[in-house]
Amino acid sequence: MAVATTDKDGAPEQGSGISISLGSLLLHGGILVAGIAAPLIWPAYTIQLSVLWLMIVFALTWDILGGQMGYNSLGNIFFFGAGMYVSAVVQIGLYHPVGEYTDSAGQGFYAFTEAQYFTGLAAGIAAAAVLSSLFAIIFGRIVFGLRGPYFAIGTLGVAIAAGELIGAWDWVGGGSGISMPPFPGDPDIGKYFFYAQNFLLAISVFIFCKWLYSTRFGLALNAIRDDEEKAEGMGIHTLRYKMVAWSIAAFFLGISGAIFGNMTGFIEPLEVAFPTVTFGIFMVLMVLLGGKGTIWGPIVGAVIFHVIKEVTWTYLLGWQWVALGALIVIIVVYFQEGVVGWLMRKKPEWFGIRVERKDDTPAEAAE
Amino acid sequence: MQILSNINILIEAPVFNLALLIEGLLIGSVFALAAYGLALVWGVMNVKNLAQGDFVIMGGYIAWYLGEHGIHPLFGVPVAFLILWCFGWLIYRTIIYRVIDKDLFTSLLATFGIALVISQLLNLLFSSDTQTADAGFESWFFFDGMVSIAQVKLIAFVCAALLAAGVITFMKNSRMGQAIRATAQDARAAKVLGIDTDKVYCFTFSLNAAICGAAGALIAMIWVIQPFYGITFSIRSFVIVTAAGFGNLPGVIAAGLGMGVLEQFGGFILGATFQQAIVVGLLVLVLVVRQMQQSRHRQVVQ
Repeated sequence: MAVATTDKDGAPEQGSGISISLGSLLLHGGILVAGIAAPLIWPAYTIQLSVLWLMIVFALTWDILGGQMGYNSLGNIFFFGAGMYVSAVVQIGLYHPVGEYTDSAGQGFYAFTEAQYFTGLAAGIAAAAVLSSLFAIIFGRIVFGLRGPYFAIGTLGVAIAAGELIGAWDWVGGGSGISMPPFPGDPDIGKYFFYAQNFLLAISVFIFCKWLYSTRFGLALNAIRDDEEKAEGMGIHTLRYKMVAWSIAAFFLGISGAIFGNMTGFIEPLEVAFPTVTFGIFMVLMVLLGGKGTIWGPIVGAVIFHVIKEVTWTYLLGWQWVALGALIVIIVVYFQEGVVGWLMRKKPEWFGIRVERKDDTPAEAAE
Repeated sequence: MQILSNINILIEAPVFNLALLIEGLLIGSVFALAAYGLALVWGVMNVKNLAQGDFVIMGGYIAWYLGEHGIHPLFGVPVAFLILWCFGWLIYRTIIYRVIDKDLFTSLLATFGIALVISQLLNLLFSSDTQTADAGFESWFFFDGMVSIAQVKLIAFVCAALLAAGVITFMKNSRMGQAIRATAQDARAAKVLGIDTDKVYCFTFSLNAAICGAAGALIAMIWVIQPFYGITFSIRSFVIVTAAGFGNLPGVIAAGLGMGVLEQFGGFILGATFQQAIVVGLLVLVLVVRQMQQSRHRQVVQ
């Protein structure tokens, strides 16, 4: 297995997972401790903190394609919604007829025992993950022949179409949605339960991505980003790599959808499951804000974005969407390298990149 | 089952087909207009404008606003043309000129942001109710009232045709039109030959916005507008341009009319709730067909 050295072009993060320095130990440990302690210190903000981890999952999974592979998808939210609906159908369908359950719109009496709830939840999350990756492979066949902007628009189309079709499908509740089985026991415990799931998911996505980018697979993704024709010429089966990468992203997004659906307790096609213009565009924005193609960029972007959003959103009184649009334009037009990209250019030594200064032309590290 | 019975209606009463066909062609002419604007911007400056539909809706609100204040919405067409021209110029000078030479996703995302701002501002200004500018024309009836043609739709069709003819003549004969076509063919060569490409880009983008504005004013008269309908118009324009290929004017017009007809039939057979799904479904279909053509091309190359 080839481990890329830090001097390699375009993948400066690689290799840092091997050598554990004191600084990185403190950083990772600090994040772990903060993640466990935060909901205990501020119990009132547990939901917001859960969504923060969810945002990090969104950003990291989007970056697998968008940053590392150069395929900018606007429709990754499809897998989030698909996972949500798959888990809902599995959780309900294991014990009750789904059609009748959704018909009653939460009015009928459909009890779930504690054991039923937790087995249903586990089965639902597993099914969501597997089926979402399956969907990624099916849709990958359709959309991966599309390059550049066609890919972005095609995936956007898939996500919008999915929302519209689910909204017209009465068996899964149509436009009026499904009330999920309620968490058995104290709702406060439920909040921590789902917080823990989101937290663990985000941590596993991070570790997985870090490992992934240090393998040959990660290098192949970067090769596809840099020049797909040449990568193909070098013998990389690009379609297969693209599909696997997308189904990895879909796998985690499906899980996140299943967790989020259970956390909110009510799912509905347009606003909760397939929110193309909110979560769907947030993921792109967070990655661009943090710096795409880096492992820390999406995380930094997600944290900055989510904190700013939570703090300002309610004070903007209806203007928040205008502000969001303006933010997109500003980030895209003026600040495309993102926070981490900018730091990398200014302080390359922080990222373990050695900059050799020959003559007086400073070599710009990382492109 | 609803679907089957709807198809049955079409088979048993053939005049309905005629009604849907005429309706589709009349609306499709306006789609073609907006799509032509997109083809222009796409072909000349390689910017995929996702705010296309929101320019259309903006034009629509201008016509509607004039109608509410006692001015006939038909006057909204030139007014929207002028206002959107200035707006397009402003957008180009502040945002678009910075993304032209960046990669394609940048322009896509930037225009998506613009689209979001426009639709949300319209929502704040005019609320999210659907609106129609009442032009006050009557309808003609044929076949014992089975087929009705609203006069305003015919007027809109004529307006769209006149505008398209005007733009085409302009592109063919004027100095600026020549410069635009030269830039579309090869921007560097055009620059070498003394064409100020920046000016050309600016003009093209403003012209596109103006065309969209006029199309929107027509849409407001013959259909309904709502702040968030913009994205559907953007997708329609994309479908039409992708199906026809840019720089292929007769293709764009044919695809626009075809789009209108397909949507009418689809909406009638599947029901009105599927309207947006039909547009998006057509998008996916067109992209798949394109891709199949491309993969065949790639195999030939191998």
